[in-house]
Amino acid sequence: MSIGSASLSNIGRSDGVLNADALRADARRQALGLLALLSPGLFLVFAVIIVPIGWLFWLSLFDETGQLSLANYARFFEQASYIKTFATTFKVAFVVTGTCVLFGYPLAYMLAQLPRRAASVCLIFVILPFWTSVLVRTYAWLVILQRKGLINNWLIDLGLIGQPLPLANNFAGVVIGMTHIMLPFLVLPLYASMKTIDVDCLRAGMNLGASPAATFRQIFFPLSLPGLASGVVIVFVLCLGFFVTPALMGGGKVIMWAMRMEQATSLYSNWGAGAALGVVLLAVTLALLGLFQWLLGARATGVWSQR
Amino acid sequence: MTKRLCIHGLAAAGLLASAAVPASAADTITVASWGGTYQEAQTKAFFDPTAKELGITIKQDTTNGLDDVRLQVTGNAVKWDITELGADECARGSKEGLFEKLDYNVIDKSGINPKLVHDDWVGISYTSVVLIYRTDVFGDKGPKTWADFWDVEKFPGRRALSGSQATETLSVAALAKGTPIDKVYPVDIDGALQSVDKVKGHIDAWWTSGAQAMQLVKDGEVDMASIWNGRAGTLRKEGAPVSFSFDQGVLTADCMVIPKGSKNKDLAMKALARFVSPDLQANLPLYVDNGPANEKAFETGKIPQERIKDINSAPENVKKQVLQDPEFWRDNLVEATEKFNNLIQQ
Repeated sequence: MSIGSASLSNIGRSDGVLNADALRADARRQALGLLALLSPGLFLVFAVIIVPIGWLFWLSLFDETGQLSLANYARFFEQASYIKTFATTFKVAFVVTGTCVLFGYPLAYMLAQLPRRAASVCLIFVILPFWTSVLVRTYAWLVILQRKGLINNWLIDLGLIGQPLPLANNFAGVVIGMTHIMLPFLVLPLYASMKTIDVDCLRAGMNLGASPAATFRQIFFPLSLPGLASGVVIVFVLCLGFFVTPALMGGGKVIMWAMRMEQATSLYSNWGAGAALGVVLLAVTLALLGLFQWLLGARATGVWSQR
Repeated sequence: MTKRLCIHGLAAAGLLASAAVPASAADTITVASWGGTYQEAQTKAFFDPTAKELGITIKQDTTNGLDDVRLQVTGNAVKWDITELGADECARGSKEGLFEKLDYNVIDKSGINPKLVHDDWVGISYTSVVLIYRTDVFGDKGPKTWADFWDVEKFPGRRALSGSQATETLSVAALAKGTPIDKVYPVDIDGALQSVDKVKGHIDAWWTSGAQAMQLVKDGEVDMASIWNGRAGTLRKEGAPVSFSFDQGVLTADCMVIPKGSKNKDLAMKALARFVSPDLQANLPLYVDNGPANEKAFETGKIPQERIKDINSAPENVKKQVLQDPEFWRDNLVEATEKFNNLIQQ
């Protein structure tokens, strides 16, 4: 609008330089105006995100006597259990993300193929678990998976196994429980991106003689990748900070980073011990997001800012 | 700490609502405890009778432990006048200067174990760590001592120990290698860790909350476990096939403190004096399995004779158990916990 009016006022003049200057000044004014409009949001982000994170970082630099020191970070190398916890956290995140892709991709594909009405009914079943507390769902899995739980009882009654399978209170239990909770975070962005794929592209491929498998492999799959990438990023990052399910399903043998944070805040008399754990997780997560962005392009990590 | 994860939010909300009788700020104090059935029992045993006697209102809240107190005191936002903690938390908080000094002219300390009477904290009740086993697996010939628990050949089966309370697991580990009850403290930490190392490969779950320990035993996920006596008692009442005794139990005390900066310090002192008095202490075992900290409670005649043998802090049961030393853990908790974590996470 304002650019238009500026150029209108300059119509009839042959002086192009003057015109360009006016345009540039106008553009600058507009940018400043937009910044002013954005400033409440920017201020909010600064006050509720930047300041607390800065404070967290600051706290992590003090030891129990209140002296500036790197003791909170040195601990990660002195005590073997922290490295172990760190490795476990990433192992769980990788495996859960993998199983989510394994189950989530076919599910999203099926949803995308269904007629709209059937798809929306099925989507409700995907979203439904969101409305139940994580705690309740985790306990439900415990009832199903434990030694005298539903699955083991059935399998033993059917005579398929003699000894109960170790499904709960170990790594397998954590992966099963977390996959269930994380699945919607993968399916929803993936479904959305699959719905935007132009069916005409697929038809064109078939018209030109491609088999259905080749059409899927060469056209549909590459076009669904941005959605898959954003789903993978969301699931992976959420897994890194997960607490409830590993705490209840891991039988104390799968210790994740968030559980150490909880322990550190009560074990140490300074906030720094827990704060340092938070800073490390944040830094590693940001580094990973950077890596994803570099590998998969801005569309993967830009899911939050897109449109 | 982690045992406080089992707070029953609803129960706490109910308690808060019932305490919402209006009263002027001057004669109102706020007391925080662990919530759940334990705090309900405390309400009937301590809080309600005290409020009535002193003509004050006692509001209630729930706590997660020492970090809550630390947050309030260091943040200059003390909202509690009295709060309960584990005894080792009291010893640590005392070292950090988080509590007001107690006035033993107001509070009568006689009858309370001197190890639980300090300048700024005082014992309030006891929990025991006991060995529980399933009678549908072992009959009545189950593991009776921690040495039995450690003996995986004589007592094959699935096992659980506390992974979150390193202090308790190290205490039973010391007992398991044959340390006599009166020689467990001061704990030989490296020796106890070696003892844990021996059984580590046979532990199927390291529990992190009282509710989890109970669920593991109840659902038959494990055949034997270390567990808090209150939880064990609940299992027995619910009819689960379990057996436990106070032999070689580990007595851990809870304590109460007045957080530094409490606005109703004097009134809180009077209320605390009532909480630890023998006649109110004798009420506690009528409602819950946590024994009174004041042994004079057993002389009041309020507790029925047949109930006394089931109370962990009854004199004849105390003799069978190790009293966990809060001051030892004040000085060794961090180092021992880190070493313990390194070991069980290998």
